[in-house]
Amino acid sequence: MDLDEQERIKQIVEANGGPDGIVAILGSPDAESAEMFAETISLGDPTYTGALAGVSLGLPVYHITEPEVRAIVDPGVYAAQIEMMEMVLDVAAIHQAVRSVRARGAG
Amino acid sequence: MTLDLRGKKVIAIGERDGVQGQAIVEAVQSAGASVLLQVTQCFV
Repeated sequence: MDLDEQERIKQIVEANGGPDGIVAILGSPDAESAEMFAETISLGDPTYTGALAGVSLGLPVYHITEPEVRAIVDPGVYAAQIEMMEMVLDVAAIHQAVRSVRARGAG
Repeated sequence: MTLDLRGKKVIAIGERDGVQGQAIVEAVQSAGASVLLQVTQCFV
């Protein structure tokens, strides 16, 4: 993840008074990218290069195509904005990757 | 596991080769969330 964006996310969460009420939603195209972003945002930068190195924000993180998200998005908006990409992405692998990071965060 | 985005604040991290940030924004706003930050990552 871009180092400037790590700093922006850290500042936004701090300005909010912490992670309460914030959810991160990803649009990553593959499992590797999804895991990297989810881990950086939730558990800390695994490459130890950015502002989130060693910083566990603890944000809940989901991919936009996960059933938990899809269930609550307006179906017309989902069809118009998300569905085309959902059909071409390996969503099973992406979902598994993001779930595994959430499980590590909950542990 | 259920997720409720009503009244929540979202950090939307899209990606050019996946789902872009603006599409995530429109989706989560339809679920009742507001957006704190929207980015679309681009790796070349």
